[in-house]
This record gives sequence, C-alpha cells and structure tokens, in this order.
Amino acid sequence: MTLLSVRGLSVTRRGRPVLQDISLTVAAGEVVGLIGANGAGKTTLLRAMLGLLSHRGQSSLAEMPARDRGRHAAWMPQAREIAWPVTVETLVALGRIPHLTAGQRLSETDRAAVDRAIARMGLDPFRQRNATNLSGGEQARVLIARVLAQETPLLLADEPVAGLDPAHQISTMHSFTALAAEGRGVVVSLHDLGLALRHCTRLVMLEGGRISADGPPLSVLTPARLRTGFGISAWIGETAQGPVLQPLDVLH
Amino acid sequence: MRLFAGLALLVLLLFLAALVIGPAAIGPGDSLRALVLDDGGPVTLVMREIRLPRALLAVMIGAGLGLAGAAMQGYLRNPLADPGLIGVSGSAALGAVIALQTGLAAAALLALPLSALAGAMIGVTLILALAGPRGGSLTLILAGIAISALAGALTSLVLNLSPNPFAANEIVFWMMGSLADRSMTHVWLALPLILAGGLALALQGRALDALTLGEDAAEAMGVNLTRLRLMLVFGTAAVVGASTAVAGAIGFIGLVVPHLLRGFVGARPGRLLWASALGGAAMLLAADIAVRLVLPDRDLKLGVLTALVGAPLFLHLIYRTRRGA
Repeated sequence: MTLLSVRGLSVTRRGRPVLQDISLTVAAGEVVGLIGANGAGKTTLLRAMLGLLSHRGQSSLAEMPARDRGRHAAWMPQAREIAWPVTVETLVALGRIPHLTAGQRLSETDRAAVDRAIARMGLDPFRQRNATNLSGGEQARVLIARVLAQETPLLLADEPVAGLDPAHQISTMHSFTALAAEGRGVVVSLHDLGLALRHCTRLVMLEGGRISADGPPLSVLTPARLRTGFGISAWIGETAQGPVLQPLDVLH
Repeated sequence: MRLFAGLALLVLLLFLAALVIGPAAIGPGDSLRALVLDDGGPVTLVMREIRLPRALLAVMIGAGLGLAGAAMQGYLRNPLADPGLIGVSGSAALGAVIALQTGLAAAALLALPLSALAGAMIGVTLILALAGPRGGSLTLILAGIAISALAGALTSLVLNLSPNPFAANEIVFWMMGSLADRSMTHVWLALPLILAGGLALALQGRALDALTLGEDAAEAMGVNLTRLRLMLVFGTAAVVGASTAVAGAIGFIGLVVPHLLRGFVGARPGRLLWASALGGAAMLLAADIAVRLVLPDRDLKLGVLTALVGAPLFLHLIYRTRRGA
C-alpha cells in the first residue's frame, strides 16, 4: 500500500532552487532513510512533502485537509521545542490532538496510545517528570514518544537520533523497524550512515536538491556516491553481524 | 476541577464583597436586599446604578485581561508576554485622550469610550497591515511595539501641546485607570465586545496546547496558524480595547495572573486560559475593593494599585523562575 507519493516536487526560496523535481513513493512496511550532506535539502523535502512550505509539483500529503493529514502522518521537526514545563505524560498526549474533536477529552483509546508510546521509548520512570527538566537526549525521546502516540500510518522524522546515546539511537531505529513491521511507513533523515545502512529498508540520497540515488542501502552507499555526495571515504563491508559502514577520511 | 471550583467561589465571594463595600454606610443585608427588591429609595439607586456596574465591570475586565494575557503568553510561548504587547491599549488610550482634549468627552457620555474603541480599531488594523496575515510571531511583536510607541508618542504630544491644564490633568488621571462612577451604559458598551473577544480566545485552547511543540509540529497536527493568529489578535483587541475604553489603562493583570496560576494547571496553556479568566476577575475585584478601603477619601486609582501590587509580585516571580532554572 502506498502511504505517500510525491511527483515533480520543487521548492524555490529567495529565487534560489532548493529542491528540483523530486519524485518518490513510500509504501507500508518501509523505513526510508533520507541522507545527504548539510544543505542538501533533507529538511526542506520533509517539510514540503507535508505541505508546510510552498512548493510546485504534487505531494499526496500536502493535498490532504489539515485534519486528515494529522491523522495520516506524524511529523517530528528537527528543532526540539518544549515551550512549557508540562509533564512527560502531558507532552506525549499532545500527539493525540489530531484524533480529538473540538472540546473532546482523551478517551481510553487515546490513553492506551499514550501508554504504548511511553513504554516503547522506555519513559515509564519519567512519566510525571517535568519535560523541560530532562536532559537533551531524554527530551528527544519524549518528543519521539509524542510522534509515536499519534499512531499514524506514516511517520516523518527529521534527525530524530541526533544527540541520543548509542543505546537509544539503536533502540529508536528498532522501534521504527517495528512500526514498519506492523504495516506502517517511516521516513527518517539521518546523518549516521552506519545506522542508515543497518536499519533502513531503503535509502534516498539527496545531492544539491536532487535525488541522486534511491534504493536498497548497500546499492546506494557506494564509495563513488560517498565521495561525490559527502566528500568522504568509508569502509563498507558485509560482516557476520550485518552490513557495516565506517567513515574514514575527508577527501579533497 | 478543584482549582476551578475554588477560583469560581473566590470570584463569587469577592463580587458580593464588592457590592456591600462602599462609602455609603449601608449594612450588607440591606444593600443586597435593596439590589434585588426595588425599594424605590436611595439604597436601590446606589446599589443598581453605582455598585453593581462597578462590580460587573471588574469581573468582565479582569476576566478578559486574564484570558488575553494567558492566550498571548501561550501564543508567543513566552511567560513575559502581555496583552498590551500588540499595541491596542496604547491606541485605545490615544483615542480616549483625544476625546478628552477636544472636549468631546464632556459633551456626550459615550464620546470617550467610543473614541477609545475607534483608536483600538485603528491600532489593530495597523497591526494586521504591518505584520501581514501570515507572518510569524516575531513580526507581530515588532508591529505591536511600533504601534505602542507611536500611540504613546502621540498621547504625549497631545499632553505637550494641551493649552488647557485642566484637560491635561483629566487626561493624566484618566490614564491611571479606574472603575469609579461607571454606569450600566458602560457595562452594556463593553460586554458584547469582551464576550465576543473572550470567546474567540477561549476557543484556542487546543491550538495553544499544540504550540507547546513549536509552530511546525503544531501545523503538521492540523493547527491553522493563520487562523489562530487572527483570532488571537482580534480577541485580544476586542477585550483590551473595550476594557481600556471604559476603565482606562489597567496593567499587570494580564501579565501576573497567568504567571501565578501556571503551576496550578500543570503549565498547560489550554487549561490556563480558563483559570486565568477566573483569576483575573478575582484579582481585579480584590484590587477595586482595596482602592475603596485603603484610601477611601483620596480616590486611589485602580491602575496605580494594580501596578503597585503587580510589579513586586512580578519581581518575586522572576526571582523564583531564576532560582528554579
């Protein structure tokens, strides 16, 4: 089942083309990793697909009415904002807003979704803590839990694992894989190519606002593309523990 | 829920106290009886024409300012935001000052509040024209600062060039804010605006909750930011414009009340709206009772008292916030 389809998407900002002619589809069961150097257009692509930026071309998400979109796709922005000292539980429950009608309180279904999200991110001990008093990494996990609580078929996350410790980076990627196994779709922008290689079912690589490669991780992450797209060399190998990528050096 | 019941009870008690306290020495029982049952005498007149409108205005204006403050802080995600920030109180005051200076205010009872409302409307139109229908919260603040500064400068100019020292005197006293000697006409003038503006603000609870996660996340969850901003500006303008038009400038209620109550509602912006409306009503009633009790024969102005009490309270809150951080 296709959860997102984008055709001919372009974004121009201040007269400069930021994205050009992007076409891609995301199906249920996929964890799509969006990779690319700084400024390649990852965040712009995610926001334009959601309809948060003015764009040309088509995106199935951007064409949805705002309410339906909130029930179809959950969005985790890169900026980790928690404006008020609310409890972790309250913050996670904000993810249920698209499912509520005006004036409606949280139902049993909503509470169950919040509980599942909190359990999935291992936040049970923090439930009643002030979200603003947590460490940066813990706040990131709370915000991921908020996105999970939205329980949408599609999930888009902009660098969700940045700033997490290794254990939580891996477990966050595992929860995305688990969501995909349940029949949902995930699009996640990543800078850690090792994580991208091991945990995504597919990678989309951006270079200068265009898709330069789209396919299975090992076929996208070739030495040539690492050189042109990132300016690095890397050791890539199939091991007994799965594929491994270790960036080695900057190429001039 | 207990907080709401408690605040509602407090408002009710203060409302009754505001009705039975005044310079005319009437017993509490007699005064309330005369309010309900028309005895055709002076007591009913005092109750219905002097104390009732004053108490009603305190409830309406206090609730409106509390609500507007909570909504503004929620929208800007800043605990130091104030309903005066969008410049409407300044432009309403300018309208009133012009009415006082030109003598219009003395010619007709409603000339002053209507002129203030006209000022508020011009102010809000300018704000929307300057900040645009879609811009971010920063442009709204900047436009508000610009309008406030301009209105303040023009008010000073009117005072500066005033050939009539009595008019200048009157302007200065009016700007201090007061609920004394207001009639039911003032209540009926302000009520529809404060109700409409209050409703526009009170319905934004969920959108403000969603904004806790930032504008991008809120928009992706279905919050229409353009609509929220328009409702916020119009709601605040209606409440603050009407309040300033009938009572003059009353500061600190919109700033301090949400700040005081935030801890009691778990910092949730949506629940803070209702709590601040009740808290604002209670605070303004208490302040209006206090001006009658502290210096009964010196006509202590309400705006002076709220600032005298509000500023130290605010300093204390800042101190506490700093210690907590």
